[in-house]
Amino acid sequence: MKSAVVVFPGSNRERDMVAAIEKITGHRPVTVWHGDHDLPKVDLIVIPGGFSYGDYLRSGAIAAREPIMGAIAREAERGVAVLGVCNGFQILCEAGLLPGVLMRNAGLKFICKEVELRVETTASQFTRGYAKGAVIRSPVAHGDGNYRTDDETLARLKGEDRVAFRYVDNPNGSVDDIAGILSEKRNILGMMPHPENLIEPLNGGTDGKPLFEAALSAVA
Amino acid sequence: MHFWIYLDFHYRDLELPMKARVTVTLKNGVLDPQGKAIEGALGALGFAGVGSVRQGKVFDIEVEGTDAAKAKTELEAMAAKLLANTVIENYRVEIVD
Repeated sequence: MKSAVVVFPGSNRERDMVAAIEKITGHRPVTVWHGDHDLPKVDLIVIPGGFSYGDYLRSGAIAAREPIMGAIAREAERGVAVLGVCNGFQILCEAGLLPGVLMRNAGLKFICKEVELRVETTASQFTRGYAKGAVIRSPVAHGDGNYRTDDETLARLKGEDRVAFRYVDNPNGSVDDIAGILSEKRNILGMMPHPENLIEPLNGGTDGKPLFEAALSAVA
Repeated sequence: MHFWIYLDFHYRDLELPMKARVTVTLKNGVLDPQGKAIEGALGALGFAGVGSVRQGKVFDIEVEGTDAAKAKTELEAMAAKLLANTVIENYRVEIVD
């Protein structure tokens, strides 16, 4: 099981992500720099949280147009699992690998707290380790987490069972309480909350662990 | 007596870059929390009669060349590919001078 964590200028959650993956698999993921044009052969690609390019223009907008994104799109097309957390979710949307966009939080404030998420589908390699409808805890830390998309796309996301997580108590104004969505082929997951920060009891819980265990064992 | 002054210059030296302006605005119906906050602040400052505020972005871009039509096509591509997120935003390109 091999994985890669992609690092952009301004990423700041890559170390948490690397630590989480290493703890679960026993193998340290490769870190890949944004300017690279190719990715090593891996089974899971993760775009971590942070503030790539200082959120200039729009969150994730500049990172989404970097050379490495072409490689990620190619691997995703082949079916490789891609996880984008927080800024990673914003980047995936800006790159067009996931539909919609993450706008400024409805309350305009940066939100840094623990929230509850409902697992809405278990039909993906990221969420199959949870029970459908299970409520899990996860921290959020974002200023632009307000998920928006047009009505037609929203209907498609719902109709195709592509809403992975919903907020139990919507903190940011996201349409339909959406916290995370899957791509059409279900191998790309973008989510605002940080499951990598709840993988050991010392951090206050392990609700994020099943996501990584499932994603990382899918192709073991 | 006649003096002939020969001016030796390259036309290129006189060519100034074209100035363009790309305006990016939120599409109708897209919630704009920042515009709402500004709207509230204007009211707090005592400006009565402000119906609504929508916040957008302006990009002033200098482009080389003299072909305005070509520049406009190029700028439209820039706006569509990067300056605007067409899921939520519209854009307008003008050659200013």
